[in-house]
Amino acid sequence: MKRLNWQSWAGFLLSLVAGFSYPFLFIRWPITREFPWANLVLFALALVLLLLGLRRAFKPDKGIVSKIFSSLAASLGLLMLAGLLFAVFVTGRWLPASGGAPQVGQKVPDFTLIDANNRPVTLAQLLTEPVNNRPPRGVLLIFYRGYW
Amino acid sequence: MRGVENSLQALSEAGIRPVAISVDTPEVNREMMHEAAGYTFTFLSDPQLEAIRRYDLVHAGQGENGADVARPAEFLIDSSGTVRWRMMTENLYARARPEQVLEAAKALP
Repeated sequence: MKRLNWQSWAGFLLSLVAGFSYPFLFIRWPITREFPWANLVLFALALVLLLLGLRRAFKPDKGIVSKIFSSLAASLGLLMLAGLLFAVFVTGRWLPASGGAPQVGQKVPDFTLIDANNRPVTLAQLLTEPVNNRPPRGVLLIFYRGYW
Repeated sequence: MRGVENSLQALSEAGIRPVAISVDTPEVNREMMHEAAGYTFTFLSDPQLEAIRRYDLVHAGQGENGADVARPAEFLIDSSGTVRWRMMTENLYARARPEQVLEAAKALP
C-alpha cells in the first residue's frame, strides 16, 4: 500500500492556517497585526514540511502522481504566503497622503455628525461635555474605514 | 478600537473622550458597534464624508461597492480644539495604541 505523503498534506494545510489565521485571528492583537510574525513563523514551518514532501516525492522510486501532488501542494503554499505578504505589505500601504489633514498645533475643523441614537453632535459639545464628572482635557478622534 | 474600549477607564481618568468616526450610518453603529461588538464609547456617522473631507482623510473607492471611506487616522485634541498629537498611519494594520494616547495626554493642559 502506498504511504500517504503526510509532509505535503500537513505543509499544505498548515499554509492555509498560516494565511487565514491573519484576518481571522492574529489581526486582533497589535503585536501580531502590525507585523505578521505569527503567520510568518507558521509559514516557515509549512514550507519546511512542503520541502520535505517534495524531497520525498522526488525520490526515484516515487511515481509521477506523487511528484505532481507534492509540487502542487508546495505551489499553493507559496501562493498563500505571497497572498498574505501582498495584503499586508502592499495593499495595506495603499493609503492617501492626506497632506491637508490637521497638523499638531493646528485647530481642527468643527463638525456636526450624527450619533448612534440619531442625535446631532458637534465637536464643541464633545470638547465641553464632562468626562468623569470633570470638563474633558481632550478628545481622541478616531477615523476608521467602517464596519464592513 | 478594541484597545480603546479596553482602556476606557484609563482614558476617562485622564479626561480623554474617545470618539470614533466613519461613513457608517447610525443604524450600523448602533447594531454592529454598540449591540453586536459591545463598544460603549461614542460612534459618529459621517455618511456624506463632510468631516472626513474637511480633515482630508478621504480614501476613495475603498468601501463597500467602491464607496469612499475614511483612511485610518487618530487625533488627540485639547479642549481648545488644537491637535496635540496625531497618528496618520502609513499601514492599514498599524493603529494608535491606547498607551501612546495616554502618554501624549500627559502633556495636555
